[in-house]
Amino acid sequence: MAAEGEAGGMTGYIKHHLQHLTAPVGDGSFMVLNLDSIFFKVLLAVVFLVVFLRASRHATSGVPGKLQCAVEMMIEGIDGIVKETFPAKTRFIAPLALTIFALVFLMNFMDMIPVDLLPAAAHAAGVPYLRVVPTADLSTTFGMAICVFILIQYYAIKHKGVVKFVGEMFTAPFHAHGAVGTIVLAPANLLLRIIEELVRPLSLSLRLFGNMYAGELIFILIACMTLGGSFASGMTWAMAPMQFIAGFIWTAFHILVITLQAFIFMMLTVVYLSMAVQEH
Amino acid sequence: MSITVTLIIQGLAFLAVAWLVMRFGWPSIIGAIEERQKKIADGLAAADKGLKDLSEATQRADAIVREARDRAKQIEDQAARRSNESIEAAKQSAQTEGARIVAAARDEAATETGRAREALRKEFGSMVVVGASRLLEREVDAKTHAQLLDKLAEEIARG
Repeated sequence: MAAEGEAGGMTGYIKHHLQHLTAPVGDGSFMVLNLDSIFFKVLLAVVFLVVFLRASRHATSGVPGKLQCAVEMMIEGIDGIVKETFPAKTRFIAPLALTIFALVFLMNFMDMIPVDLLPAAAHAAGVPYLRVVPTADLSTTFGMAICVFILIQYYAIKHKGVVKFVGEMFTAPFHAHGAVGTIVLAPANLLLRIIEELVRPLSLSLRLFGNMYAGELIFILIACMTLGGSFASGMTWAMAPMQFIAGFIWTAFHILVITLQAFIFMMLTVVYLSMAVQEH
Repeated sequence: MSITVTLIIQGLAFLAVAWLVMRFGWPSIIGAIEERQKKIADGLAAADKGLKDLSEATQRADAIVREARDRAKQIEDQAARRSNESIEAAKQSAQTEGARIVAAARDEAATETGRAREALRKEFGSMVVVGASRLLEREVDAKTHAQLLDKLAEEIARG
């Protein structure tokens, strides 16, 4: 394990691991940039774009290469999902879904890297704090969820028009027949609509964040098994195999989690967008 | 662990990536996929057409072979018939010829027999004359008795 210079033992180790590398850009606790989240997200976005755009630039309708095959498989799958879910014709939804899946998966995948490897390397390079999983940062998941929220509103207005969009706010889901009934039900409808719209980005972002944060925390706890142990101690030798087994099992399990979470984020986005387009 | 202004940057980065994917990556790959699907569909259609053409050609070839076989059989039959006919004709003419030869031979033999009989009769006649003259001990005058002798010879010949 990485030697922890700071005092505090296990608690200090965990706290240190959950500390972002930050840069304040203004007053207050909100005006802070999480440099590590931004760095890894941009890095992974660049990696994804390089691979994807390379594959698309060399795309041939003849015999495809292995990279093109892999990319095509994903694209065909996502295109199929979007086509059967989204009722209208669209150019943006499918690429958006692919981007969500690929980016979230890659960011989640940072969890597979041994939990101390990159922070220890950064520490050696003089960076005091580093969290390598951007999706275990609420700012990242919330940022993406807000974008999805804005897109939902945009598509709803685009496909229904402003009048119908606003009208539905007051007349759905409770429909009334007569003017009096409509007016009576309007506040309830509006309240429900607001809750419904706000719950979506919240559930999207909190679900992903919670899963990844918990996963990261368990990796940290597994790493604590031999924390501070020395080669002279028998305890270290007893705990090392257990740590290996626990780490192996959790990593294997987490492979499912990160893929599933990426897929859920993508799928829910597509479903929300198609619901926004449909009439109530 | 609180929400910070990071979320704006993360959201913008996310949208930027999505836009890049839509603008530069997606169309060419989807285009390649659709073009390949079209190629495969065309290839399958062409293969179907080829198979159909092949079966048609096979049928046509079969028909041609069958016809040729019929023609050959016809020609063979005709040839056999004609050869039979010519053999028959040859046999016929050979028989006629043989009969004719036999008849000619028979005629000749009959003529020869007649001639031999005539000669024999004549010789016998003269022998009878000689014998009679000897018997009579005198010369039979051939001239005087010619009529008698001839009659005798005729009787002998007839008898």
